Amino acid sequence: MSLITSLARLEALRAGRARPLATVRHRHLADRPLVLVPLTTAGETGAPLGALVGTDRDAPRLLTVPQPRDRALRFAFLAELAEAVLPYVEEYADVTVTEERKETDPATGRRTTVAAELCADAPQLLVPGPAAVEYVRLLGRSMRFRRTAEEDPAADWPAPPRVPLLGRWLTHFGERAHLPGSALLLSTTELLSRHWATGQSHLEDQHLGALLAWIDPPEGSTGPEAARRAELARDADGLLLHPPAGPATDPAFDNKLLAPAIARYDQARTAVLETGRGHAALRAADTTIRTLLLSQLRPTWDAVWRGVDLLRALPEGASVADRWKRDRWSYTGHRDRLRAGEPPQPRRDDAVTAARKLAARETAQARLDAQEALDDPLVMAGRRLAGEAFAGEVAEVVMAHSEAKVPRPRPLVTVRTDDAPLLEEGARVHRVLADGRSQPAEFVAAGPAGLTVRLTGGMGRGKVPDEGTVPAPGDRVCWTLFEHAPRGGPELPEPEHTPWTHGGPPGGGAEEPDPVTSEDLL
Amino acid sequence: MSTPLRKSPGSRPGSRPAAAGPTALPRRLAELRGPDVPPRPLDARALAALAANPGCRRRALLDGAGVDKAALARALGAPAAFGQSQFAIARGNAFEARAKADGGTELVRLLHAALPEEDAGRPPEAVDTPDLSAAGPEGRTARTALALREATAAGRWALLDHPLLALTVAGTPAYLEPDAVVVHPDGSWTVVEIKSFALIDGAADAAKAGAAARQAAVYVLALEAVAERLPGPAPEDGRVRHQALLVCPKDFSNLPAAALLDLRKQRATTKRQLGRLTRVEEIAAALPPGASFAPDRPAAELTAAVEAVDAAYAPDCLAACELAFHCRDRARAAGDVRHLGRNVRSGLGGLTTIEEALAAAQGDHTSDGAADPAVAALRRAAALRAEALAAAAPAEGAGGCR
Repeated sequence: MSLITSLARLEALRAGRARPLATVRHRHLADRPLVLVPLTTAGETGAPLGALVGTDRDAPRLLTVPQPRDRALRFAFLAELAEAVLPYVEEYADVTVTEERKETDPATGRRTTVAAELCADAPQLLVPGPAAVEYVRLLGRSMRFRRTAEEDPAADWPAPPRVPLLGRWLTHFGERAHLPGSALLLSTTELLSRHWATGQSHLEDQHLGALLAWIDPPEGSTGPEAARRAELARDADGLLLHPPAGPATDPAFDNKLLAPAIARYDQARTAVLETGRGHAALRAADTTIRTLLLSQLRPTWDAVWRGVDLLRALPEGASVADRWKRDRWSYTGHRDRLRAGEPPQPRRDDAVTAARKLAARETAQARLDAQEALDDPLVMAGRRLAGEAFAGEVAEVVMAHSEAKVPRPRPLVTVRTDDAPLLEEGARVHRVLADGRSQPAEFVAAGPAGLTVRLTGGMGRGKVPDEGTVPAPGDRVCWTLFEHAPRGGPELPEPEHTPWTHGGPPGGGAEEPDPVTSEDLL
Repeated sequence: MSTPLRKSPGSRPGSRPAAAGPTALPRRLAELRGPDVPPRPLDARALAALAANPGCRRRALLDGAGVDKAALARALGAPAAFGQSQFAIARGNAFEARAKADGGTELVRLLHAALPEEDAGRPPEAVDTPDLSAAGPEGRTARTALALREATAAGRWALLDHPLLALTVAGTPAYLEPDAVVVHPDGSWTVVEIKSFALIDGAADAAKAGAAARQAAVYVLALEAVAERLPGPAPEDGRVRHQALLVCPKDFSNLPAAALLDLRKQRATTKRQLGRLTRVEEIAAALPPGASFAPDRPAAELTAAVEAVDAAYAPDCLAACELAFHCRDRARAAGDVRHLGRNVRSGLGGLTTIEEALAAAQGDHTSDGAADPAVAALRRAAALRAEALAAAAPAEGAGGCR
């Protein structure tokens, strides 16, 4: 954590409410995101308990599993979840625009421009916290290897149709969430704590209710008071007034309310199976469980939307659209893989895929760091403090030229600054020009008047620099030591050209579905 | 210090002949707990948490004395938010029973399959499962030690189901109960941890697997104490293997799957941290006379007693200590920067309170703060932050550096 962030936390403590960490919003926020608040059963991996899902904040769809250990009921839940999520995910698949992109021709190895289809927009999933992001991945993993009755008529426990497809989409969303700066699947606590510093530790910021209490305390209360209430306040029965954002439930809720309700449901169902009567009691037991789960889910649902409101109030950062476009490419790519009938994502990445993913994440992280700093003076302040940038007023500009046969303009610009960048002679620095291009320069020397750099490009082709490409004395400039559009390392070879020592062919066959245990109960 | 703190059920504190020396401490600790309050045994989870924060004298004393910290926290008005769902407990028990079904053969087979071939020994056909029942913890630890000795001499596979081990921590003994210990035909021992979180595609949740490894490391240390007393030369690589077997449900099923956990690092860390713990009697001796942690005392008296022992609060405590909310409230009230996290604390150099840090940032320090690099950096950060916020105040979307 940088010192500037620590300082913001100290300020928040003094102010009694959160302080900004950003002046713009650094992530794309869709006009109509799909909010998903999942709950899981304690101790059972991948046994969902319930969920609220939907795009309309006033009309969430409640899905519940009255007996989470029953496979048939779990499948019914997943089928319903597919019904709620897939139409939203698929509605963006058919509205496309044509984009030009560079591709390497496999025959000639030349870079050529080809026209490609890009979805005009993409779906966005919002969940309460990082644990829910992991849960989306887990749900995806639990579903994508299932076989439906159509795919495998001999299966003992065929999955409902569309469930494996939902698994593949959720896996894609979960994978994408690992890429820095991506916005296909976002966690509300991470979004909020990116933009505000509270007067509590990073660990405590994971509590959505407490985080919101710091950012936007209710009337007549302060951040710390409201956060404490959100964290700890319990009613007379010892139940939390603000249930945890999940996917894990409050143990007191499990033991005091949910377990008896599930026991009543089991009893009613046994009665129905044995006597054929008592359907009303079974329905009543089911309704009780639904009401109970809704009481745990609804506060989190409302909290996520409150977070959305707070984030929408911030203006969007200038580079957010660029990163969202990459998310659209990712969505389009997965759509194409599904349409081409490719098998589900493997259980484990092979070496080539893993290397590619890591390289992509590193590049994305570097790009995100650079873009956030350029979009937001507050982020840039952190980079300046770290000695990775410097800003100040131009004190002097001396025209100079290179010693080539055709002399090029190489003006020397001296910047008066209090910053202390970690510069060596000849180090490359960059700044943004008025038209958005990046101008390179190299550091010459530090003198009494300030830091002197020599502009080395971005001034046009003529002997005289283009208008507006050389700063004038009195201008404010900001030079960064990092590149503005960092590229990754050299491109990796195609999988078929990767030697076996590096995990190239031969590739494995298609993945087998998960074995199904004969027991009905987990 | 071999006098056990925890007595067999039924024996009341102070029922032993009171003498000077070794028995003085148990009596003092019993007083701290309060009359008729049975001591809470130190388990591996508590020891692992203690080892993670060895500077906390408060935790060392309360755990060492067997004080019920949850009850104490309730009495102090800052109850812990811990609890376990009965679903998780039922699932954990069902899975453990399943993993140990058929007399442990399946468990030993999993271990045999997980070991590299040259190290695995002969495949298990029959597994000895010695009876470990005895009266009281001392009886059970003695029985466990005897069973380990016999099984080691027998040179066959043996599974000890819920053995009881003793480990002396900060001058007081703690009794530990691993899920199982396997004795190999070559006479070495492996700790088995059975957990109910899933091993999905061969990978478990890193945080949970890490917690399991720290717990298992405590068991390894306790087993090593038993191994030292064994006659005869130990095997070349030591009697207790530094790899534990983690048994978890496979993927989304209830079938057991297993993986070896390397414990060398956790074992070394835990051993060093536990060795560093201040001895409980020293901390107890520093308490004012008459101080007690009995939950029926008035809250003000309890608060004073708790405050008499230093705590080292960090946000990580919230996940590991019942008293964390109390310590957090005190740290906040005192304006201690540590409650914002260790990384915040480490960036602030010698500034330990919020007031100091904010005063330094504002530059209204009367003393010459600029000489202190932490103060200078903080002032610079404050100036940069104020400048950036002022630049953004007109809010024109695009940032100031574009």
